Amino acid sequence: MAEALEDGPRGPKPKRTFSRRNIILYGTLIVIALYYLLPLYVMVVTSLKGMPEIRLGNVFAPPLEVTFQPWVKAWAEACTGLNCDGLSRGFWNSVRILIPSVVISIVIASINSYALANWKFKGSEIFFTILIFGAFIPYQVMIYPIVIILRELGLYTKLGGLVMVHTIFGMPILTLLFRNYFTSVPEELFKAARVDGAGFWGIYFRIMLPMSLPIFVVAIILQVTGIWNDFLFGVIYTKPDNYPMTVQLNNIVNSVQGIKEYNVNMAATILTGLVPLVIYFVSGKLFVRGIAAGAVKG
Amino acid sequence: MSSVSVKSLDLNFGDVKVLRNLNIEIEKGEFLVLLGSSGCGKSTLLNCIAGLLDVSDGQIFISGKNVTWLEPKDRDIGMVFQSYALYPQMTVEGNLSFGLKNQKMPAAEIQQRIKQASEILHIEPLLKRKPAQLSGGQRQRVAIGRALVRDVEVFLFDEPLSNLDAKLRAELRVEIKRLHQKLEDNTMIYVTHDQIEAMTLADRIAIMRDGAVLQLADPNTIYNKPANKYVAGFIGSPSINFMDGDLQAGGKKFVSNGVEIDLKRYEFASGPREGSACLGVRPEHINLGKATDKGLFEAQLTIDVVEPMGSDTLVWSKLGDQDFRFRVDGQTKLKTGDQQVVHFDPERVSIFDQDSELRI
Repeated sequence: MAEALEDGPRGPKPKRTFSRRNIILYGTLIVIALYYLLPLYVMVVTSLKGMPEIRLGNVFAPPLEVTFQPWVKAWAEACTGLNCDGLSRGFWNSVRILIPSVVISIVIASINSYALANWKFKGSEIFFTILIFGAFIPYQVMIYPIVIILRELGLYTKLGGLVMVHTIFGMPILTLLFRNYFTSVPEELFKAARVDGAGFWGIYFRIMLPMSLPIFVVAIILQVTGIWNDFLFGVIYTKPDNYPMTVQLNNIVNSVQGIKEYNVNMAATILTGLVPLVIYFVSGKLFVRGIAAGAVKG
Repeated sequence: MSSVSVKSLDLNFGDVKVLRNLNIEIEKGEFLVLLGSSGCGKSTLLNCIAGLLDVSDGQIFISGKNVTWLEPKDRDIGMVFQSYALYPQMTVEGNLSFGLKNQKMPAAEIQQRIKQASEILHIEPLLKRKPAQLSGGQRQRVAIGRALVRDVEVFLFDEPLSNLDAKLRAELRVEIKRLHQKLEDNTMIYVTHDQIEAMTLADRIAIMRDGAVLQLADPNTIYNKPANKYVAGFIGSPSINFMDGDLQAGGKKFVSNGVEIDLKRYEFASGPREGSACLGVRPEHINLGKATDKGLFEAQLTIDVVEPMGSDTLVWSKLGDQDFRFRVDGQTKLKTGDQQVVHFDPERVSIFDQDSELRI
């Protein structure tokens, strides 16, 4: 028989679903979520409406007649300057800029950081400080000197020139990111690998790299969104044929001639933002993975 | 020929002298423990021998070869770390084979070596697991295995048991001792701050302080004839009783606050003398009851605090005006305020110079 208990509270304390705390907490969260989602909603519904329906002025109303014509036009037919092949040209330009920039900057920065973190040499701290200092110089200061440098190298207005600029500007923040991660890897692991006869590249490829997947994902996200969303460098260092997607979007949306095709503009904007969006959705889980668990006492 | 020899080794970090003119000769098959409190330079010395730190001056020889400038992999050493330092993304097998693959050893021989090492260390069932799926004790076994498969001359252990709980530590300590008995040709250098590990494992112990070796001797000598006051205080738990006083009558007696100890039986390291000195007597060398022999020292004490620890009991008291601890059997019934007669043999005490702190 169970022990007789006194009257009064017993077991877990009851929790009310609609307590004041919950209402305030979830209320605030819902309001904030709406605040961010509403513009996206307006963009999506507007892009699916025809122009006559947009002129009715019901911004929040769902489309009476769904049409994908604005999306097709934004992707393949919209005119920017002399070209009338829509955003597709800019998209492929952006891809051609993005992939080499991301790959080259991450490869260089990770090796850079690995050397700075694990193979300390005389002056490595000073070198690192100078590199980090680069992160604090406003881009605008360097725009014109870079124009000259690219011109002298014969890369001005070429995609290769823009790739080089993105690679260099990504270096300080990426090096900081990787170095901090590599210094957090237990030093004894590195020592053990040296005793086991692995050299500079052996340790990098077979010990450090497999342990560093999470930080590589972070770096990829940073670089992809940063480079994809770049407008300034794209507009300055390329010519209309080579304009990245962001610049082309601007030229479509801001064109002063003709009627404002709001639905096409909305579709074009969503198309341009799609790449960073997909990256965030796909990579979210990888952030959380703690690969290094178990290396040291856990 | 010594297996490892360290000759006039200096190591400075900037202006800080971490190791000062160290000279150590280690015989083949010897188990040497480097013992000291944290910051004494013991791990640093091990890292120098491993080649993970560049020395500032001096030489290191392993099997007669000058390895001072060689990379760790070329020194014929294996190392076991406190944090295990297993490669987290590799299986146990991968961890064991990593060093061998770097040597470009044929796969068949790698398999053979892994099989042998895992049998010795009882880790065969774990070979396919990742380090994260192992317990602390298993991880440390794998870490030892990683040194074992490489078939090296010298094993270096850097506080390998410090991350384990007390029970596992005791188990693995015995296993390391067994391993050493099995591999009688391999030299082992073992860094620890745990005196029990040092006493139980070592053929010889080097007690270090401030980058210098204070005493290098077998455990028995270290315990019974400590070379200086620091060593005497560091070794032994509960720690040794110290009494400040004077040597009088040509070194025939030690006088401290009305306590007079006859030193006829004491063997002076450098001949009897007079002057201020410090006398140390271990709590476990003090016995209850009256002296049965004229040479023994006897005193009546008032018991201050009693600390029962099961197997034995530590009793705190005062001799003269200085703290005096002694250890008695756990079944002895004593309580605070009791009067108790005790005695000890002056042959077993240690006497140190007050200034140099060296044994006299």
